[in-house]
Parts: sequence; structure tokens; C-alpha cells
Amino acid sequence: MNRRHFLMTAGAALTLPFGRSGWVLRAAEPAHGKRLVVIFLRGAVDGMSVVVPYGDDAYYDLRRSIALKPPGRDNGVLDLDRHFGLHPALAPLMPHWQAGTLAFVHACGSPDPTRSHFDAQLYMENGTPGRGATSEGWLNRLLGALPGPHSAAQAVSFGPQMPRILTGPQPVANIALGNAAEKPLAIDRPAVADAFAQLYGGDDKMSRTFQQGMEARKQMAADMEDDHEQMVANNGAPLPQGFPDDAARLARMMRQDPAIRVAFLGLGGWDTHVNQGAAEGQLANRLKPLGEGLSKLVTGLGPAYQDTLIVVMSEFGRTAHENGNGGTDHGHGNVMWLLGGSVVGGKVHGTWPGLSQDRLYQQRDLAVTTDFRAVLGPAVIRHLNLPDGTAASLFPGALNVIQGGGAPVLIRA
Amino acid sequence: MMLKTCLLLLSVTFCGLPALAQDTAPLHLPAAAMTAEGARHALDRLTFGPRPQEIQAVQNIGVDRWLALQLNPNAIPEPPALTQALAALPNTKRSDADLYRQEAQLRRDKSDDGKEERKEFNRAVIQDVMTAHFDRALMSDRQLQELLTNFWFNHFNVFLNKGFDHIWVGNYENEAIRPYVLGNFRTLLEATARHPAMLFYLDNWQNSAPGSPQGRHDAKGKEDGLNENYARELMELHTLGVDGGYTQKDVTELARILTGWGLRTRPERRSFFGDMRKPDFTFAYDPSRHDYGDKQFLGFTIKGEREGWKEVEEALSILATHPSTARHLSFQLAQYFVADQPPQALVDRMAQTWMKTRGDMPSVLRTMFESPEFWAPEATGKKYKTPFEYVVSALRAGNVTPADPQPLFGQLRQLGQPIYGIETPDGYKQVESAWLNPDSMARRLSFATALGAGRIGKDTVSIDEASVRSTLGTALSPQTEKALASADPRLRTALLLGSPDFMYR
Repeated sequence: MNRRHFLMTAGAALTLPFGRSGWVLRAAEPAHGKRLVVIFLRGAVDGMSVVVPYGDDAYYDLRRSIALKPPGRDNGVLDLDRHFGLHPALAPLMPHWQAGTLAFVHACGSPDPTRSHFDAQLYMENGTPGRGATSEGWLNRLLGALPGPHSAAQAVSFGPQMPRILTGPQPVANIALGNAAEKPLAIDRPAVADAFAQLYGGDDKMSRTFQQGMEARKQMAADMEDDHEQMVANNGAPLPQGFPDDAARLARMMRQDPAIRVAFLGLGGWDTHVNQGAAEGQLANRLKPLGEGLSKLVTGLGPAYQDTLIVVMSEFGRTAHENGNGGTDHGHGNVMWLLGGSVVGGKVHGTWPGLSQDRLYQQRDLAVTTDFRAVLGPAVIRHLNLPDGTAASLFPGALNVIQGGGAPVLIRA
Repeated sequence: MMLKTCLLLLSVTFCGLPALAQDTAPLHLPAAAMTAEGARHALDRLTFGPRPQEIQAVQNIGVDRWLALQLNPNAIPEPPALTQALAALPNTKRSDADLYRQEAQLRRDKSDDGKEERKEFNRAVIQDVMTAHFDRALMSDRQLQELLTNFWFNHFNVFLNKGFDHIWVGNYENEAIRPYVLGNFRTLLEATARHPAMLFYLDNWQNSAPGSPQGRHDAKGKEDGLNENYARELMELHTLGVDGGYTQKDVTELARILTGWGLRTRPERRSFFGDMRKPDFTFAYDPSRHDYGDKQFLGFTIKGEREGWKEVEEALSILATHPSTARHLSFQLAQYFVADQPPQALVDRMAQTWMKTRGDMPSVLRTMFESPEFWAPEATGKKYKTPFEYVVSALRAGNVTPADPQPLFGQLRQLGQPIYGIETPDGYKQVESAWLNPDSMARRLSFATALGAGRIGKDTVSIDEASVRSTLGTALSPQTEKALASADPRLRTALLLGSPDFMYR
């Protein structure tokens, strides 16, 4: 039975209630596949407020009103290694640090000097810094490198637009953010689905997109049914809006559905030019749901967390010194976060370049001492058990960067 | 450097010249434009979609004359239905200062009643301005002006949910964008630069010379130094483009030029210089926060001025007529109106017109509309509609005016394009790759199914297959014909609205 035929007949199977068997593709997948989740903080999170170099004296000179206090003080950072401390709003992540499954790579970033959000995001998503013309994203190339058969079930993106990082020839499903994801649509009715399946039964771009959308909706519906008991336990109360809600949903989907190998979610609102605050304030208000959501994701994955790598990244860091408005402007080096059962955790990796004026990039920003491709390439292929050569195909032109040595080992063998 | 110096001289020599008097002359269009297919293409690309029988009507007038009229919107009377609809939205007519005063006053009232009143005020303002935006797109007969208003708002994007901007977005569209979309770019640029919605959104209202006396006195001591957010986006997004040849040094220098260019936050302070055209302004230049040193900007020396706002005027003039701006914005316009990857030769000709006319946008648009590329078969029906274009064009095709457009605003949110709802200053993408994806497809088809059955939210509307069919020109794709032939008659309108023929324009 070819896929198209499957979909056409599956139209009939859309009659509620959905059974687990309705999601045929599950059976073909290995029971315990390795997975990758990428969370992209769009707008350039201030990494020096996430993993705070409280042991670097220059930090307090550069940030007179927005520095976080050392550990042990009121609203101080949570100590990580006597030099760095975690923002207190991220307290929900500390158990994972202590359990050794949370790591950071500081002073990590792109070799490209751009301070444009949009170019910097593009380069981190297409995986070719300085080269905007690369149209597909490195996560899509990764999907192509995974063992087949390939279907939209293997990757899911949250949100109504397909991000560049997942754009490319491999099919990807996307689902709505928030509660809208679980609400039924007219297209779920068999008669409607059948009529449009006639229109979009071909192999052209729109038809494939339609078919992927219908697959994703079936997947959601099956996960919802599996989740029925939990909904009863919640007494029908809707989950809170925002990232924790979506992270919990993602965890449920991934736990129920081994076919999902890659997931992506972008979070905005990190461009804190004004009044970013310290232990409390605008940035803290963003970090809090992020920490809660990541914690929910870990808990919700349950045993599957052992086989999951979660990466949190952002396009660049922010100026080492605060600006005139209690905020920070566009900078360069940043911190990358890694969580997962196989992560070499409990450690801030990378080389700290220091914050004295002569060590700053262009006399203003945290320098980049670890190329983001040297982190992601090896970590991803090691985690997903892909051949060594795959890293360079994810990040074309980066062979020397990836094999050059000096990059930390982040994933246990 | 030579070129840049010449440009500055040109701006001095020619800035007093009136725009060329070609506003109402019919355009010189290729023969392909003057056909039924040409009329359909014009309505697809230059309006929010044809209404029933409109293709024939435009062909009868002549696409060239119709287009000349669209370029002169003030000569087109608005339909009474729109005028009445707008008259029922009082918050859309209030000044930025008036709205600010009420919001600020309500913020001071910390009682429960006060909070409730403020919530209600905000809800009413947002509903009014969104409804006005939507109704104009749907009903205005100045369709090209509305399309351009959407384009330029998106280009100079501000975000509803940043600080005070929810009370200003509507005013911004009405006072800083729409009146200028068919004028000189320099005027539009300054109108956005002066509007509180932009000053607030990109933080320039707090941008101060380091150590300036007033900066330190202001709220929370948070206005004591440079903020380069607006300076950067002004070059990267609004004018030169990211590859436009500026450096980090230029960003910092432009931020210095822009110090003190902000909001009149404290009316009692006499040192402010305000916009004298508006007695109750909120835009203001504060000399006490300005950096009076000389600046080196894009190869020009800008002398520190006692009247520092003149430095901003000079910088805006340099940017508006810079060759990089001409190229960048010609590309953006051609991508919006012609193709996701517009032909380079066309972009080059538009940029030449930009330079020749010093940013006269009707002239640039004429160059595009009169080009063979615009009417070429390979460009026709190839632009994938954005969610907003899709929803509005579906209502226009069905000749449907919803009694309550609110459910459609929720629909647009689910489709990924809420009105005034994009957080980042680059605005919504205008290309297919951003919008054609599995979830959006399922949601568009569900919207098409509901509308095809005459449902918008809880309301019932009348829509018929023949009307929708008449907006799709003479021939449907074989794929659509085939699906229609075997479809349940009750789903035929939905299939038309959900067909590839309708998703592209």
C-alpha cells in the first residue's frame, strides 16, 4: 500500500473515536529511538544573565544596574561551579544540573559578525554562517540523514509558520501553539477530508503539504485519546497558556509516539534593549516559564528523557556592558544549553574568554570561543548514532571547525 | 564617497521640485495587460482579490485607466457601507496624544473599578482599530492604497503588545502610513520616525547622550545613555538593507544623532521642541538629552547642531535616497507584487527610477506596473496568498460582509498572521515558504469549509458557488475541475475556496 493510498483510506478511519491503530506508522518505528528537541530563543537572550559569570570581577563593572548577585545573597544566582551561577528564575532546572543531565557551553556562537537578528537566526538555522543563500535548514538535512522511511511523522514543529531550520526536502508536520492544537477542525470530518483528498491526492507541493497536515492531525487526535485519562484527572481544566503548556504537550506526543525523532519550538521576546531587570523584571519573567516548561518536558518524557537531547540556543548574545536604559544591545557570544540522559552534564563547558576590555569582541561583546557548529555537529550525530561524516553534511563547509579539536565532548558514548 | 557627496548635493538642489504631474495619466501597459486575463491578474495582485463581476468591469474601463485611478486614490469615492462602518468606530479617529492621556490616566487609578475601566478601554480601542483595518481591506475601493498600507505598515512594523503601542497602532496606520504610501519615501520615513508607536516600539524615546543632565533625572535613571535599537533597524530594515554597506560604527553614530528624538513624557518641561503642527503632540525632541558632538555617518560628517533634530532630518535624507535603499526597497516591492524571487532586471530598473525621482513611489510603482515582467505568464497566479490576503479575498469573492469580523481575527491568529500581531520589526514574510505548511493548510481548508457553508463564527452569511467561480477567471485547473465534478454539491463552494486556483494570486 503506497502512502497516498493509505491516506485516502485513512480518511474513513477519521471517524471518531481514533484508535491507536489509526496511527499505522508507529508500528514501523523502533521502540526506543533517540530524539532531538531544539528550542530557539529568538531575539537574542542575554546569556550572561542566564549563566552568570559572577566570579569575573569585570561583570559587576560592566553591569551596574542589571547584574545578578553572587550566590548566597538575596535573589542571588544559584551556584553552578564557583565561577558561574544560574539565574534564579531557572531554579526548576537545578535538579537536572545536580543529576548531571544539564550542561552549558558558554561563549558559544557564530563566527559571523552580524548583529542583525534576522541574518544571525538564518545562519544558525541554515547552518552556513555568512551564507544566506542556503535555503534548507540543518534540521531538515538531519532528517534526511536519519534512516528511512521518511514521513511527516518524524518531525514536528510548533507554530503556524515553518521555521527555516526545518525547511527543505524532508516532510515535516507542524501543529498549532496553545490550546488551538487540540480543537477539532472542519477538515477532521470524514466527508470534508474525503472531498479535499480528491483535490489534493497528487504528488505536487500542495498535495504533499495537505497530506502531511492530515497525518499530523491524526497523530494529534491519537495522542489526545491516549491522554484521555490525564484530561479526566485534570478535571477538564485547560492547561495554562504559554511555553509550559506546549512543552507538556510535546512531551506527551513524544512519549506516545516513537515516530517523532525531531521537534522544534521557537520562543520570542528576548530582545531586552530596555529595562531588562535582574533577578526580577522582564527577562526573569521570560526565563521563568522557560525553566518551568523545560522541566515539564523532562518530567513528561519520563523514561524517554534518557534517549532525548534537548538543545536551547539563540542567535547571538548581548552587549557585555549594559546600555543607557537598563538593557543590553545586540552582541556576539552567548551560552548554549543541553539537557538529556546522555549529556555530560553538571558542567559549564567551553573556554571563558573573560570580560576585560581587551578580551571583549570589538571591545563590546562576549567573544565566541566555541563555534556553535562544533557543539551541535558532534553532539547530534553522537546522540543519534549517525556516522561521523554526517556532521559535516549538516553544516557544509565546517569540517575543519568540527574536526579541529578543542570542542568539548558533550555526549556520553 | 564621491557618489555619496553628489547625492547630498542633489538633495539640496532638487528637494523643492514638485512630484512629476503624471498622477492620472493612463499607464503604458503591455498588450497582455489589456485582456480579461490581464484584468484578473491586476485584481489579484493590486487588490485584496476580485469581487464577483469585477474582472469584467475592470476590463471595460481598461486596465490602464483603472490602474491610473488606483494610483490617485483621493479621486475614488469610498462606498457608503465603508464610511458608515468606520463612523461606528470612534477610537480610530482619536489623536495619539488623546489616547495616551486616557490610558495614562486610567493607569493611575489602582482601584478595581479603575482596572476594569482600563481593561474595557483597551479592549474597545483594539477592537475598533482591528475592525477598521479589516473593513478597509475588505470594502475600500482604494484597493491599491490599502494594499500599499499593509505593505508599508509591515515594512515599518510595530507590535500591538509592546507597552503603549496597543493604543497607537491604529493611529500609526492612519496618520503615519496611509497618507504617504503614494508620495515620496522620505516623507513616509519621517512620518514613521516621528510617530510614538515607532519611538516606543524600537526604544528610541529613551535614547540619550551618556551623562546628559536630563537623562539622569528621568524615570528610574534608565535614560542615561545610548540605545541603538532604532538606529540599527532604521538602516537594516527600513532603508539600506542588511547588505547596504553600513558598519557597527554607523549604527552607533546614528544612535548618537537620534539622541533626544523621542516622546514628550513630561509636558511641564519647557525645553522640549515639539511638532508644532499638532498642538497636543506626543512626539518631541528633547535638547537636554542630545549628543552635541560631530558624527561620522556613512561617510558624511554631520555637525553637532544646537537644534539637534536637524541632524535627524539630514540623516533621514541621506538614507532615503541612498542607492542601497533604492535597491533594497525596489526588491521588497517587487517581491510583494511580482514574484518571491523577482527578476533582477526589473529590480534594477525600479531602483533607477527611485534614484532618478529621489524616492517618488508612484514613479517606482509605474516602472513596475509598466514592465513586461509584471504581466508575464510565468508571474501570473504564482504568489501564494498570506493568511490575511486569503481570508479577505475569500470574503470579497463571495461578496460577504460579516456583521461581526471578530471571529475572523481569531482565525487569522490561528493561521499565523494576527492583525498588528508580529512581535519582530521585520514584519510578516511575504513569500510562499513562510505560509505553505501542513497545519496552515488544514486550517485554511477548514475556514474554506465553514465559509463555503455560509458560517463565520456564529453568524450565517449568504455565499454562492457562481459568485466565487466568477472571480477565478475563465479556466480552472484540471485538478480543481476534476475534484468539483465528483464533489457533494454542498461542498463545492468550499472546494473552490480551498483550491490551488484560489490559494494563489
